[in-house]
Amino acid sequence: MNYAAEPLAIAIFVFFVIAVLFISWWIARKAKSASGYFAAGGNIHWGVNGVAFAGDYLSAASFLGIAGLVAVYGFDGFLYSIGFLAGWMVALFVVAEPLKKLGKYTFADAIDAKFESRGVILTAAISTLVVSMFYLIPQMVGAGTLITPLIGLPFEVGVLIVGCAVILIVATAGMASTTWVQFIKGGLLLVFSTVLVITVLVNGLSTSPDQKDITYHDFVTLEVTVNAGDGVTIADSSYEVVKEFGIEDATFVKLSKENIKTIWKLDEENSQLVETQTVTRQTDGPVLYNGDAKDVGLFYQVGHLSEIDGNSPAETGPLDPFSFIGKIKDGTVIRWGSQKITDGTDEITVYYQIPTSGKDVLIPGLKFAIDPARGATPADRVNFVSLMIALFLGTAALPHILIRYYTVPNAAYARKSTIVAVVGIGLFYLLTLYLGLGAMTKGVIDLTNGNMSAPLLARAFGLGIFAVISAIAFSTILGTVSGLIVASSGAVASDLMQKFIKMNMSENQMVKAGRITAILVGFIAMGLGILFKQMNVSYLVGWAFSIAASANLPAIVMVLFWKGTTAKGVVASITVGLVSALGLILLSPDTFSQVYGLPSSSSPLPISQPAIVSVPLSFITLVIVSLLTRKNGKRTRP
Amino acid sequence: MEHGSPVDLEEDKSEKYKTTLGLKMVAFFIPVYLAFILVCVISPTFMAKDIGSLNVAIVFGFGIIILAIIQALIYNYFCSRKEKEHEASARKTEVAE
Repeated sequence: MNYAAEPLAIAIFVFFVIAVLFISWWIARKAKSASGYFAAGGNIHWGVNGVAFAGDYLSAASFLGIAGLVAVYGFDGFLYSIGFLAGWMVALFVVAEPLKKLGKYTFADAIDAKFESRGVILTAAISTLVVSMFYLIPQMVGAGTLITPLIGLPFEVGVLIVGCAVILIVATAGMASTTWVQFIKGGLLLVFSTVLVITVLVNGLSTSPDQKDITYHDFVTLEVTVNAGDGVTIADSSYEVVKEFGIEDATFVKLSKENIKTIWKLDEENSQLVETQTVTRQTDGPVLYNGDAKDVGLFYQVGHLSEIDGNSPAETGPLDPFSFIGKIKDGTVIRWGSQKITDGTDEITVYYQIPTSGKDVLIPGLKFAIDPARGATPADRVNFVSLMIALFLGTAALPHILIRYYTVPNAAYARKSTIVAVVGIGLFYLLTLYLGLGAMTKGVIDLTNGNMSAPLLARAFGLGIFAVISAIAFSTILGTVSGLIVASSGAVASDLMQKFIKMNMSENQMVKAGRITAILVGFIAMGLGILFKQMNVSYLVGWAFSIAASANLPAIVMVLFWKGTTAKGVVASITVGLVSALGLILLSPDTFSQVYGLPSSSSPLPISQPAIVSVPLSFITLVIVSLLTRKNGKRTRP
Repeated sequence: MEHGSPVDLEEDKSEKYKTTLGLKMVAFFIPVYLAFILVCVISPTFMAKDIGSLNVAIVFGFGIIILAIIQALIYNYFCSRKEKEHEASARKTEVAE
């Protein structure tokens, strides 16, 4: 679709950014000590901290990524919501209070509390930096993705705006300003997502989901005769068959009408050609959207029900949350697939309709191959289980989440703030299913950018709510990136410089080191964000969860609950978890196809999600090394 | 050799109770989560069975999220109650002294 800069959207966006920067400056006047900078002075109220937890955790992956996945794949996107929320049970019941008692500024503080080991500090700090970097990249990619539809600026400008704003937020007042930015963002996200879902339900469902200012494109079909082994003949003589493309099980037909070339998908069963949408990358010309320049507006937003309760056309009127799902379940959803075609020197991406039973949309299987009856292999199913394990175990091991336990005065407050977070995040994740299904059926999906589904859903109801939702989405990224940069600056200033290198730093020097680190990490994040422009946001976040679950969680759990844990065991566990998770990711079939551009079959590994291997490996390593390095039953340090 | 914590740990007489309760809570939650994953993998068609206007997948998925919220609230209720009991007991001891 064509994105035009809207003055109202720009005004609200600029207001949000200025408000956030003002809050940071205002709070910065109070945050002079290391405790103030790295842990907001440890005196944040549990209610504020809980909402800030939600603001920290509900990143671009949650708001943009999950809504986009549900919009495209249905229930499979919601699996991320379930896994992300389930992970908070480990954080609440196992980690929250003990970690608050053990730590001061960083994740390494807590892990090293019983050892005072430089080895533990070093490995925990490196793990913090690696996980934070993997988490930072998708946030920056999300920022760049969002800025184009919001204010019409290029991807790179979005990354630079977020990078600079976050550097200002973190470098001025560290965790203090970060907490309030996350609190405001978390609160607004919950309120306006609820408003958006209520609007979706009140508007109900329609087989022709016209938007306020856009009439839904009526995709047409052409009657054809399929000639055995000799192509197709079209009944409408105004069309001329130019070329046919047989790819895997599908046949695409290039037609010409009044010198305009279009591509259609052959539906042999019903003897018809079905309209598609195309993006053509020419070697010596501009990218064409449905055969013309993007700003002509021929590339349509999609996603609709082709029938409701067996009727078409049909519309329901307002629906309650249960009947909204029920109507989709009993209807037929038009989803879209894509296929790359080479036509001479042109690379064409053809987007074609996939009529899908509502029943299939609301069960797992459209994204994750898990059903052997539909061709899922044992490796596919292991892959799925591994991802769900990573989501469950990763949350309680994310450094930027763990450091939020240090911003409250005591362990009870740590627990209570986690409970506020669980309630807020849980409610938000319930909403994600409606946001995604709303986008799936309201004709708002941009086929070239699934991550935009939630903001575009808001746009269907008016520019005002679109501007607010987009600005909140942008502040979502600001809040999460701020937390990640605080975690990284703590790892460098407190863990590496003060404790590992043993630099003798005053409080002011430590804060200064933290600020310089924040600026450096901010610039690195901007560079990586631009470099990984094409990567899928949720996919990258999945990596961060796998690495965190493998490197950090075994150490956290065993330090808290097994007295036999030794410092060498912790060092070995973090190292093995980190290296094995990273190694398995880098050698995985998904990385081969999505990063290296090689066939996934050339990967030496059968699965792409490492947690099912790397988490147990990390636990086993910790136990074995601890048993081997125990001295007289006591904990040791390297 | 054993080293102390770098931070001052406040005394928490409810710690053992809260830790045990937390482990029981997570031990209750994990099988439910695992069951969800296993049903997805072993019997995806079961997930399509109707439950009113919804289906098993939606009810199970919503159920896990709502269960997590309810467990969190129950956990906080019992932990807070235990903390208050210890606080009251400590105050009584102070008054007696």
